[in-house]
Amino acid sequence: MKLDAKIPSGPLESKWEHHKFDLKLVSPANKRKFEIIVVGSGLAGGSAAATLAELGYNVKCFCFQDSPRRAHSIAAQGGINAAKNYRGDGDSIYRLFYDTIKGGDFRSREANVYRLAEVSGHIIDQCVAQGVPFAREYGGLLDNRSFGGAQVARTFYARGQTGQQLLLGAYSALSRQIGAGQVKMFPKTEMLDLVLVDGKARGIVVRDLVTGAMESHAADAVILATGGYGNVFYLSTNAKGSNVTASYRAYKRGAAFGNPCFTQIHPTCIPVKGDYQSKLTLMSESLRNDGRVWVPKTKADKRAPGDIPESERDYYLERKYPSFGNLAPRDIASRSAKEACDSGQGVGESGFGVYLDFADSISRHGEEQIRARYGNLFDMYERITDENPYKMPMRIYPAVHYTMGGLWVDYNLMSNIPGLHVLGEANFSDHGANRLGASALMQGLADGYFVIPYTIANYLASSKLEKVTTSHESFKAAEDSCRKRVGQLLSIKGSRTVDSFHRELGKIMWDKCGMARDRAGLQEALKAIPKLREEFWQDLKILGTNEEINQSLEKAGRVADFLEFGELMCLDAIAREESCGGHFRTEHQTPDGEALRNDENFCHVAVWEHEGDATGPAKGHKRHQEELVYEHVKLATRSYK
Amino acid sequence: MKLKLHVWRQKNKAAQGRMVTYDADNISPNMSFLEMLDVVNEGLITTGEDPIAFAHDCREGICGSCGVMVNGVAHGPQDATTTCQLHMRSFQDGEELYIEPWRAKGFPVLRDLVVDRSAFDRIIQAGGFVSVNTGSAQDANATPIRKSDADEAFNAAACIGCGACVAACKNASAMLFVSAKVGQLSLLPQGQPERQERALNMVSAMHEEGFGNCTNQYECEAVCPKQISTDYIARLNREFIKATLTYPDAKK
Ligand SMILES: Cc1cc2nc3c(=O)[nH]c(=O)nc-3n(C[C@H](O)[C@H](O)[C@H](O)COP(=O)(O)OP(=O)(O)OC[C@H]3O[C@@H](n4cnc5c(N)ncnc54)[C@H](O)[C@@H]3O)c2cc1C
Ligand code: FES
Repeated sequence: MKLDAKIPSGPLESKWEHHKFDLKLVSPANKRKFEIIVVGSGLAGGSAAATLAELGYNVKCFCFQDSPRRAHSIAAQGGINAAKNYRGDGDSIYRLFYDTIKGGDFRSREANVYRLAEVSGHIIDQCVAQGVPFAREYGGLLDNRSFGGAQVARTFYARGQTGQQLLLGAYSALSRQIGAGQVKMFPKTEMLDLVLVDGKARGIVVRDLVTGAMESHAADAVILATGGYGNVFYLSTNAKGSNVTASYRAYKRGAAFGNPCFTQIHPTCIPVKGDYQSKLTLMSESLRNDGRVWVPKTKADKRAPGDIPESERDYYLERKYPSFGNLAPRDIASRSAKEACDSGQGVGESGFGVYLDFADSISRHGEEQIRARYGNLFDMYERITDENPYKMPMRIYPAVHYTMGGLWVDYNLMSNIPGLHVLGEANFSDHGANRLGASALMQGLADGYFVIPYTIANYLASSKLEKVTTSHESFKAAEDSCRKRVGQLLSIKGSRTVDSFHRELGKIMWDKCGMARDRAGLQEALKAIPKLREEFWQDLKILGTNEEINQSLEKAGRVADFLEFGELMCLDAIAREESCGGHFRTEHQTPDGEALRNDENFCHVAVWEHEGDATGPAKGHKRHQEELVYEHVKLATRSYK
Repeated sequence: MKLKLHVWRQKNKAAQGRMVTYDADNISPNMSFLEMLDVVNEGLITTGEDPIAFAHDCREGICGSCGVMVNGVAHGPQDATTTCQLHMRSFQDGEELYIEPWRAKGFPVLRDLVVDRSAFDRIIQAGGFVSVNTGSAQDANATPIRKSDADEAFNAAACIGCGACVAACKNASAMLFVSAKVGQLSLLPQGQPERQERALNMVSAMHEEGFGNCTNQYECEAVCPKQISTDYIARLNREFIKATLTYPDAKK
């Protein structure tokens, strides 16, 4: 496998500027001759589809929800970073770049991250121009808050609904283009396969989720912006429909997968209640601006939190990481919570919880201030737990939240398959082994508004693209294999429901490939997952047919892919003999329990290649490496102490 | 908890629907309403009956996918709460629940509790945006916006497009939905250049989609999970009248 990251030469600060100049252009009159498929209507896909259409390309956009406005990006709460330095608190493009590289534990590409920081300011400008109602100060200017892993306030926000407001901005731009006929939108449509012609990505096969019709679409280039795969763990903060199907199908067609084991476990989520639990709810990281995290010093202390005096509380983040305190990065805060609970200091019925306490902030700023900042989050907490967080500290526990791994892309956001571009959470590129809060929204919009419009033109202008239609045999073959697979799923007629398999897979992944991993556990998972997969294909029970709304069938297709993908994650986790960011191998830690990197052997992206036929089960997965070259940043031990 | 459910079952758009009764046993008061339906569905699959189809995705009250009538109330009994955020502790042990889809001409039923809300997308496509291309924006702080205006715009922008307002209205009017978008953008400087055309085009799209008129019943506001106020409807009416003075030929 040839992996060329295509990082432009020259000084870091001018790479993108020079690169943009070097990229080939498509003239305005020629743009309308090109068709582009965008799968996904979240921040990444929505912004890309709208912008490409504004430029004059013909765009087809797909999503599985009933409206592009409902993409999972809508759920992002806390905020979006940008190096505007409106506070004058010492922020700069370089600082955002450095914080992101360091936050990612030195496992991301310098050039990509620098570009991300560089375009971050334009994102805020663009969103404000669309009418996104960011929070403002009394003087009428934009307000900021702080997020983990940063010592400046660079996070822009719209109450606790930042993702919603940004997505509605992108959705409005997309809607304008749909209305103008420049984008054809296909909601309730799921991509099931990628189609290659002469080695280039030339289209997709989709299933209409209302009629079950299987249909092909051809194009000159394909963009996947299908989000993350956190639902491999069954319980996560992701929306129920979030999946790995589009990415995994592309992987089976030859696209390389970068760092699949890099997952982010978010420290502040509402703890699991019962075995009926269907998803986990995030309490935004922004709460750590004002909330203090603690557990009782005594083990199994069953007193009410208010009855535990100050001197008997362990504010463990403030104790262990005095300079960042409660705003330590997510991987560190999550692991610390796990440690506290594993040692018996956890709170709540299950003992898997820690307190996030607002009492100090409420007495300092008053309840009204706190309500203005986080009102909707406090209400959500109360609705779910039936406890009033203005009076009682919240109880929180880490939960799966984000996947840093994703399809491998070069600097132009193109995968190793020519014509296949990957944006947003679906690609692997910018967050290394741990993503900092408020950086996913930034990356999705950077990719869609400000990077892909330039780089895709270069691909279209410099490739020889023969005219291809869906009558090409590659489309027919892909459609047939999708139909066959659906038929297989429906014909098993076993005894177990899809959800029961999904839950079981999730438990394996959480126990063996979650917050702490070790070789023995991963090996067990690598035995258990194929066994479960086999059972799935023998004993799955789905009722109904393909030709109707069949939600069990939709889920089954996704779970079938998770059952293969989970194995790839474990293989990746076992091969990476180091701890870095969210990937914590218990064999590799410092004496005081921090992640111990191995830069000598693992300062690279693990890039996986599928072996075997795209339509059958994997014969194997081959590991390649993209070495990470640090020209500007000195590899250092991450310290937040 | 044990409950008796009466659920609307309808195979597809063309089929006749009917209410079917199910027992929901082993329900925990800490379950969300949709988790309760999950449990019922797992049971149905085991006994060989098609599970109840319902729309959902985020289960956090923000994507706007979910929404059913519970005992005749859109999103059920709890104020400011979507169906996915409603918890079973809002009900009594032994209670009977009538669970139905949104009913409105503009929202045809696709299956069971799932309706087609694409009309809302088409209304937005008619004008619910600011015509600004990517890359042409000025610095975000170049135009300060009064905090009170920004906050009021935000209150309207909080709409999740779930359609409860339509389902609750006896006229199946989409005025609250339309007014939220018109209100948001008319309060902000960015929305000014297209202000009048926006109001006209969105209202006319709303009528074309078969939604009714507003006769001030206030049911929409009562069920809106984001508590969007009918003040925005009054604002929309003013915007619309002003716009028709500029464009007297505009369709009423
Ligand atoms: C609860 C929560 C809070 C968060 N808060 C923040 C925050 O405050 N700040 C921050 O920076 N980040 C936050 N994040 C992370 C961030 O929201 C996501 O990483 C980001 O929105 C992903 O955007 P995306 O466009 O890549 O994908 P998504 O928004 O997930 O969109 C995926 C799109 O792909 C479509 N799709 C997927 N599969 C298929 C398929 N097979 N066929 C057809 N279509 C498909 C979907 O329909 C959807 O339109 C949060 C995440 C969660 C879960
Ligand atoms: S499922 Fe998203 S709002 Fe209820």
